[in-house]
Amino acid sequence: MPNTQYAIRLEHITKTFGEVTANHDVSLEVHHGEILSLLGENGSGKTTLMNMIAGIYYPDEGEIYVGDEAVDIRSPRDALRLGIGMIHQHFKLVDVFTALENIALCMEPGEKFDLKKVRSKARAICEKYGFALDLDQKVYEMSVSQKQTLEIVKVLFRGADILILDEPTAVLTPQETDKLFAVMRNMKADGKAVVIITHKLHEVLTISDRVAILRRGEYVGDVATKDANEAMLTEMMVGKKVELDIERPLPVNPTRRLSVHHLSVTGPEGGRVLDDVSFDAYGGEILGIAGISGNGQKELLEAIAGLQRADGGAQIQFFAPGAEDKPTSLIGKTPKDIRDAGIHLSFVPEDRLGMGLVGSMGMTDNMMLKSYGKGHSPIVDRKSPRELAEEVRTELGVVTPGLNTPVSQLSGGNVQKVLVGRELAASPIVLMTAYAVRGLDINTSYTIYHLLNEQKKKGVAVIYVGEDLDVLLELCDRILVLCGGKANGILDARTTTKEEVGLRMTDLQSNKKEVRA
Amino acid sequence: MSSLIAWIMRAIPFGTIIMYGAMGETITEKSGNLNLGVPGIMYLGGFAGFASAYFYENNVANPNPVLSVIIALVCALVASALGGLIYAFLTISLRANQNVTGLALTTFGMGVANFFGVFILDGATYSAAPIANKAFAAKIPVLSQMGVLGQTVFSYGFLAYAAIVLAIVLHWFFNCTRAGLNLRAVGENPATADAAGINVTKYKYLATCIGAAICGVGGLYYVLDYNQGIWATTGQIEALGWLALALVIFTTWKPLNAIWGAYLFGILYWLYQFLPSLLGITVSSAMTDLVQMVPYVVTILVLIAVSMRRKKEDQPPAHLGLAYFREER
Repeated sequence: MPNTQYAIRLEHITKTFGEVTANHDVSLEVHHGEILSLLGENGSGKTTLMNMIAGIYYPDEGEIYVGDEAVDIRSPRDALRLGIGMIHQHFKLVDVFTALENIALCMEPGEKFDLKKVRSKARAICEKYGFALDLDQKVYEMSVSQKQTLEIVKVLFRGADILILDEPTAVLTPQETDKLFAVMRNMKADGKAVVIITHKLHEVLTISDRVAILRRGEYVGDVATKDANEAMLTEMMVGKKVELDIERPLPVNPTRRLSVHHLSVTGPEGGRVLDDVSFDAYGGEILGIAGISGNGQKELLEAIAGLQRADGGAQIQFFAPGAEDKPTSLIGKTPKDIRDAGIHLSFVPEDRLGMGLVGSMGMTDNMMLKSYGKGHSPIVDRKSPRELAEEVRTELGVVTPGLNTPVSQLSGGNVQKVLVGRELAASPIVLMTAYAVRGLDINTSYTIYHLLNEQKKKGVAVIYVGEDLDVLLELCDRILVLCGGKANGILDARTTTKEEVGLRMTDLQSNKKEVRA
Repeated sequence: MSSLIAWIMRAIPFGTIIMYGAMGETITEKSGNLNLGVPGIMYLGGFAGFASAYFYENNVANPNPVLSVIIALVCALVASALGGLIYAFLTISLRANQNVTGLALTTFGMGVANFFGVFILDGATYSAAPIANKAFAAKIPVLSQMGVLGQTVFSYGFLAYAAIVLAIVLHWFFNCTRAGLNLRAVGENPATADAAGINVTKYKYLATCIGAAICGVGGLYYVLDYNQGIWATTGQIEALGWLALALVIFTTWKPLNAIWGAYLFGILYWLYQFLPSLLGITVSSAMTDLVQMVPYVVTILVLIAVSMRRKKEDQPPAHLGLAYFREER
């Protein structure tokens, strides 16, 4: 039923990427003069949904109405014509252009190319909303918040009535966030419809009028912000706890194997992606690491594995069995140094075919990646890797036409089995896994849980970075929660609740940091 | 002194050939397409221009020089633009690997030109289009008689001057027009350009085809002016094509630099012939090819200098060599 009070309305939108359903039957509407928060965990389909409004993706099913009219948004150009402007999480700016040139890219197609006019119009926008923007500054010289200001000016320049901001505060300082919120309120007062994608609960409560929640690509519901509180939103976001029946033996004789102290990592853009994280990992237990993705999990594991440089002052110590009083420092060691030092550290990275395995090589050759340096003969030994590949294939049930079939041709689950099999064959003391069951079916996932438990029983210190809270709660012994690159508490997985973990993932508990394990 | 003049008079026509190649490739690369098929495209342009002029001269009773110039130019532009279209279709629409496609196009262009050239040569080692050559190589009437200045500055065919004008026009186009701004945005960050409502595919296609057409003029100039209107079984065009690609890097993607850069390359390329008379250094014939490599060495030095200075404006377009697909995740 068409209704003019809506700025934009989505009806039964479904979008799939291959076999992955990003959005399923989502209906949503935004009013003029309203700020709507779109809340959801990572991978819940918020960005995909908004990208369909902005013309980046095209929905498989469903309809989009702007005002009263059913519209067909086939490209960003169509979206702009309809007055829809999106500020993407990864800025869409040309680095070598000045601010002015970037704004000029957004001119109406028929308009005369007149940079002076662009300049005066951009100035007027800056004055109206109180932006401080040097129009002649090159984008690569700008700070993140300046870039974001430029993005907002760009969208306003084009005359957008519907504004979508995708995690705009992720890279801002609190002061900058306050400024942004003031701007958003100005836009709202101007009668614009504003959508903000975020998973920071306090921001949702501060800025929005209404909250819509997505979970696993589906629309859960909406609440007026004045009736909402953090606990309620968290529950809607993470959902009710699901019983999975994953076996979880009690840790036997836990011994400290890995000790991380004050670990910080500086990201490529200068900010700290990992900030002063400290924890111990014990043999015979599974330490879960929870967090919205991109909150430092990758950097944490890579810093331990020797793939990322840790900032000064950090300590990463490895305690070999039988030499618990003589730790080895892993700081400054490359993966090869670590291996050569006889440290059994296995790493199952998130990017299986990029970092873990070579997609165009078969199982045997992939096994050989870890053993090619052994022995003194200039000719590599293919026999033992082939035996290992055969062993992994039979023991883990890898379905492959042959040991030399390129692993990129195997299904996701089989690729993961090859990788995990190889890493376990190195008889690790510390085993780190990142999103080990991402994209795998239920059966394969349970196979992986089982393998991890086997290792745990053998006395291996297992670190499990995961995204599914239900799994983390049932598989792990302790859970370290990362939020914004900081350790936001270590929880006992047996006693904590899903809400507690969810809350810590989204909200930094700077004052009430407690370690309960 | 006279050998210095002779040197300059060699270097400028030589530079003109690669200037066209470099300017065409600069347009293409500004859209993010790295077309390594420049040698092949120059072959296509050179051969199409020659063949059309040749047939016109030999089949018309009173060939008109102006008309022969127009025919040769149009054919060269169309043929090389078609070469660019093949590349554009493969890399933009089918998202084939740009390097492989470009190299294949080089082989293809050379093959096509030499294959059809066989029918014109008809057993001879070379054939000529003298009327077209005369028209293309015509010097500026009065000015070219003015002593040293006339010899070094005004004694070239019109395409040599057109190249300079084109470089200035391109500079203006890239920096002062909307289409130029949009084109640069496409090459730097197609996702941004797309989100701003710019038709990325259209810009890439047009830039690749127009760029290829301009490369083709380089080939045309080589055959009908520099090489005195002669199509022969042995061709030097390929080497010139690679030099044009090097020149693009040397100019740091700025058309104005192509003017002096091209002439500098010309001077360096002919260094071996003028070293003995100018500096008294004798170059043994075995070393000739080595000395001819100097332009490439200079290009490498420029590359090193540019990467050490880390100035963003001197870098290649950020998305050069990569295909763009909107729904990529």
